[in-house]
Amino acid sequence: MQRYSGFGLLKNSVQHHENWQRAWRNPTPKKHYDVIVVGGGGHGLATAYYLAKEHGVTNVAVLEKGYLGGGNTGRNTTIVRSNYLWDEAALLYEHAMKLWEGLSQDLNYNVMFSQRGVLNLGHTLQDMRDIQRRVNANRLNGIDSEVLDTQGVQKIVPFMDCTGNTRYPVLGASWQPRAGVARHDAVAWGYARAADALGVDLIQQTEVVDMLMENGTIVGVKTDRYGEIRANRVGCVVAGNSSVLAKMAGFELPLESHPLQALVSEPIKPILDTVVMSNHVHGYVSQSDKGDLVIGAGIDAYTGYGQRGSFPTIEHTLQAIIELFPIFSRVRMNRQWGGIVDTCPDACPIISETPVQNLYFNCGWGTGGFKATTGSGHVFAASLAKGEMHPLAKPFSMFRFHTGALVDEHGAAGVAH
Amino acid sequence: MLSIYCPHCAEHRDEEEFHYKGQAHIARPSDPDKCSDEEWGNYMYFRANPRGIHHEVWVHALGCRKFFNVTRDTRSYQVFESYLIGTSPSITGEQGGQPS
Repeated sequence: MQRYSGFGLLKNSVQHHENWQRAWRNPTPKKHYDVIVVGGGGHGLATAYYLAKEHGVTNVAVLEKGYLGGGNTGRNTTIVRSNYLWDEAALLYEHAMKLWEGLSQDLNYNVMFSQRGVLNLGHTLQDMRDIQRRVNANRLNGIDSEVLDTQGVQKIVPFMDCTGNTRYPVLGASWQPRAGVARHDAVAWGYARAADALGVDLIQQTEVVDMLMENGTIVGVKTDRYGEIRANRVGCVVAGNSSVLAKMAGFELPLESHPLQALVSEPIKPILDTVVMSNHVHGYVSQSDKGDLVIGAGIDAYTGYGQRGSFPTIEHTLQAIIELFPIFSRVRMNRQWGGIVDTCPDACPIISETPVQNLYFNCGWGTGGFKATTGSGHVFAASLAKGEMHPLAKPFSMFRFHTGALVDEHGAAGVAH
Repeated sequence: MLSIYCPHCAEHRDEEEFHYKGQAHIARPSDPDKCSDEEWGNYMYFRANPRGIHHEVWVHALGCRKFFNVTRDTRSYQVFESYLIGTSPSITGEQGGQPS
């Protein structure tokens, strides 16, 4: 792999940038792999990378039906934070946060991780009680978190309407300074490039159409383009299409796939240097390095696989944004899109063994998977390498919906992505 | 935006007037005390989530406030029909398949 550096940039600029190596190969798949990862998004690519790097399992293929990072990895609002309420979730997301902090160096790829802090606003007394409870829980788990009052919020975002004249006045917020944003495409590309350099085969435009089973054990997958590809273990990381793949393997998952929409404005001068999210009025916004406001809507209530949603959902979010930031009222919106998110009844992911031997699923991240890309890939890779779930992944078994051991994160994950 | 026919009001109205209430035709176990953990978990949390034909409950929240069922394609979002609760859909298909 060609290492990226300031010197390399200089050298290549002299050559008019004509001699850069391709970032990854485009191989024809082998007949057999140790591990097949289905799904070439951030989580799948991270899984493949950590399999090769930390566990020495390099005979790995990533199968992607579209192009790398073209699903929810390229459609989210790029927010990274770890201030979750329950121990199980907080430890998992904090594990991810620690990996984020060294990711650019680790991958030799600038993922533009910017720890600009995240505000989760409270608009009612109950909001504030919940925030205090969550902040205390965070601190017990070693996660940086603070409770701010109205003045504290106003100090961080001076142009937010904190006057108390709004329908839902800002009473305070939780504040995680280490949280922030990262460039989502770069995360997928960085993992892809680093995994490819370690020998992982990235197979794009290849859809899995069936699972090959022998005596309740998976032995490989059938693809539309290359026929049967065999493997010792298969890990599925396919977000919105998890239910469809689980059905191929003959079992069901407690997931519902919903459209989730986001939009960006025209680029404007730097104004917002942090991330503002509000569960209560249902909106969140940050400003990208390019200058556009990145705004996330809520999920559409109905289920859908169409990668698009309904207009009222966007309208609802923009009403909230305008109420908080009257100064944005005449900013024009540039683009709007949707992704399919697989939501779990308890708003926590499924990282799990399945009723089928050697088949593993990593799904159910719902509206908030991007922030966990690093940690999710890390624990899933360990689980695939050893055939036994990583300790941090154990509470997220799919069988918890039968035992009743749910991890109810609706408070921390419900809206804020 | 979806345009949904309310069988109670006998009118097509915009999606904004309705609320989605999840999968239709889920039968509550007749004797919950006798359910195994698996049966109860399946009833509580496991939904069909097909890519294709889906039967679902909607409520006309800003209208007559009555519940009814809808058949919809989850890929194209096309709404095929509305029918009263307690009746059967006229459009069915294999879960996730084409309408028949």
